Amino acid sequence: MIHLVGIKRVFQVGDEAVHALSNVNMTVDAGEYIAIMGPSGSGKSTLLNIIGLLDRPDKGVYRLEDMDTTDLTDDQQASVRRHKIGFVFQFFHLVPRLTAAENVELPLILAGVEPAERRSRVQAALSALGLSGRAKHRPDQLSGGQRQRVAIARATIMQPRVILADEPTGNLDRTSGKNVVQSLEDLNRKGMTLILVTHDPDLGSRASRKVVMMDGRISEDTGAS
Amino acid sequence: MKTEDVIQFSIRATLGYPTRTLLMILAMSIGVASVILLTALGEGARRYVTREFSSLGTNLLIVLPGRSETTGGHPPLVGGTPRDLTLEDALSLTRSSAIRRVAPITVGSAPVSWKYRDREVTILGSTSELFEIRDLSMAQGRFIPSGDPTRGAAVCVMGYRLKKELFGNQSPLGEWTRIGDRRFRVVGVLAKKGQSLGLDMGDVVVAPVASAQALFNTSTLFRILVQANSRDAIPKAKKAILGIIRERHEGEDDITVVTQDAMLSIFDRIFTALTLSVAGIAGISLAVAGILIMNVMLIAVSQRTTEIGLLKAIGAPGRQILRLFLAESAILSLIGAAFGLILAFFGTWALARAFPSFPITVPVWALGAAVGVSLLTGLVFGVLPARRAAKLDPAQALSRR
Repeated sequence: MIHLVGIKRVFQVGDEAVHALSNVNMTVDAGEYIAIMGPSGSGKSTLLNIIGLLDRPDKGVYRLEDMDTTDLTDDQQASVRRHKIGFVFQFFHLVPRLTAAENVELPLILAGVEPAERRSRVQAALSALGLSGRAKHRPDQLSGGQRQRVAIARATIMQPRVILADEPTGNLDRTSGKNVVQSLEDLNRKGMTLILVTHDPDLGSRASRKVVMMDGRISEDTGAS
Repeated sequence: MKTEDVIQFSIRATLGYPTRTLLMILAMSIGVASVILLTALGEGARRYVTREFSSLGTNLLIVLPGRSETTGGHPPLVGGTPRDLTLEDALSLTRSSAIRRVAPITVGSAPVSWKYRDREVTILGSTSELFEIRDLSMAQGRFIPSGDPTRGAAVCVMGYRLKKELFGNQSPLGEWTRIGDRRFRVVGVLAKKGQSLGLDMGDVVVAPVASAQALFNTSTLFRILVQANSRDAIPKAKKAILGIIRERHEGEDDITVVTQDAMLSIFDRIFTALTLSVAGIAGISLAVAGILIMNVMLIAVSQRTTEIGLLKAIGAPGRQILRLFLAESAILSLIGAAFGLILAFFGTWALARAFPSFPITVPVWALGAAVGVSLLTGLVFGVLPARRAAKLDPAQALSRR
């Protein structure tokens, strides 16, 4: 489903060119559960951003479901993100002035879904994550674990093919972290591809496939064919 | 994304930052209110002047001694007058068929006394025709009688305020007053009419022109008021006046004829220009409000960096972000304009209460222009912040907390 061939990404930091990714090749099949691991600055997040179309590679080809994404316009990329990709972030990134339900509703609003349908889908998504009672709460009235589950509901409301999670438990205590991971794994069991970036070896070992990054290259890939 | 969702999202965003929103609305409403109030003042001044001129009388021409190239305004203040206007000049004007009435006017100042009270007032020497020409009305008694204008009777008419000050509540009719070194019998009191052309008709004494000339020991006239037969006859009357006086003054064009219409149209133009320029000055405050909107929106963009990054991550293209932020500044401008209208409404109401004689009116075009310009300001000054938001790199925006 995801094919990365010869991906290169260079950042200019002052006078110095930092090679965040150099010649990364990777193939992901639909329904996989992958943990990307590695030390800080090894390029994990950059890789995730490129898979999520938040960043463009300087060199290389990225095919998502047999579509070359490198020459898509801004609008087309946004449409791909809207329909095929769901993001979960370390810092949740919920809009603070909106309620939990409104945060989950955002992707539907951007996609122009009718209000009546929006309401029922938001309700279903919230109750699937055990958040029905919290729909009217604003993010600052929720616990960290609840916030992350709201974020997961938002990431999955459009039924994407891939969930990209960047350190989803990095800002949570152990129990709520475990809850969040279970929620994500449930989604994976229902067929969504799950790619998560983590520091946590315990979390990494739960994944069926482990990709270790080092200095912008993949140094170890348990699923490489 | 649906339009109503864009509007709703933007309104939620403005409500999310109440201080910022209030500041912007305040700035915008002050701008809009000042544009409307100042144009209302300008328009009021224009109407005031027009009304004053109309109250002079209808189809009026004013004959001034001395030649002047201007078509309106003051009589020439400096420079010699080759030949004075005389009472005979004035009376000869009645020959023209285009002229209905002629009122010669001589003006001077003299003490007026009755019993122990006296006051220095303006004495207006004229004929009975002044009554119709100036469209006067009487509070008591009658106006100075018609008859041979060259023979002055010892009668006078006084303004209502002078009457009050000299006679209090007593009737002055038939009383003898002393004006300068002569005695005049009061035959009437003018009704309240207000000011016209700077001369307060409440504070004058009107006497027959010959008596006034004798009083001031002069044979010249200050000016001659001429009423044409109709509006169409005004140019003909003007020509006739110039012709008759030239004939009488040995072929010299040494008078100036000013028509009321010419003065009116000049003042109308002046005050319209004045209104527009004050509106322009007030427009500067709208521009200031626009710059404030730009600054505050720029701050909003940097405050909401992660929100923008998130919107991009969940599938909003840059175009959409641009629309959202433009909608936000447009909504803020419109709310500000609405408050500005309310503010202007109360402002004009208060001014109208404070100065009841001043016809303050808000021109309809000013309302539309103020609201339109404020919306335009919001959009124009909203473009820069919105573009910045649209161009934000989502990966970077989301990397901070």
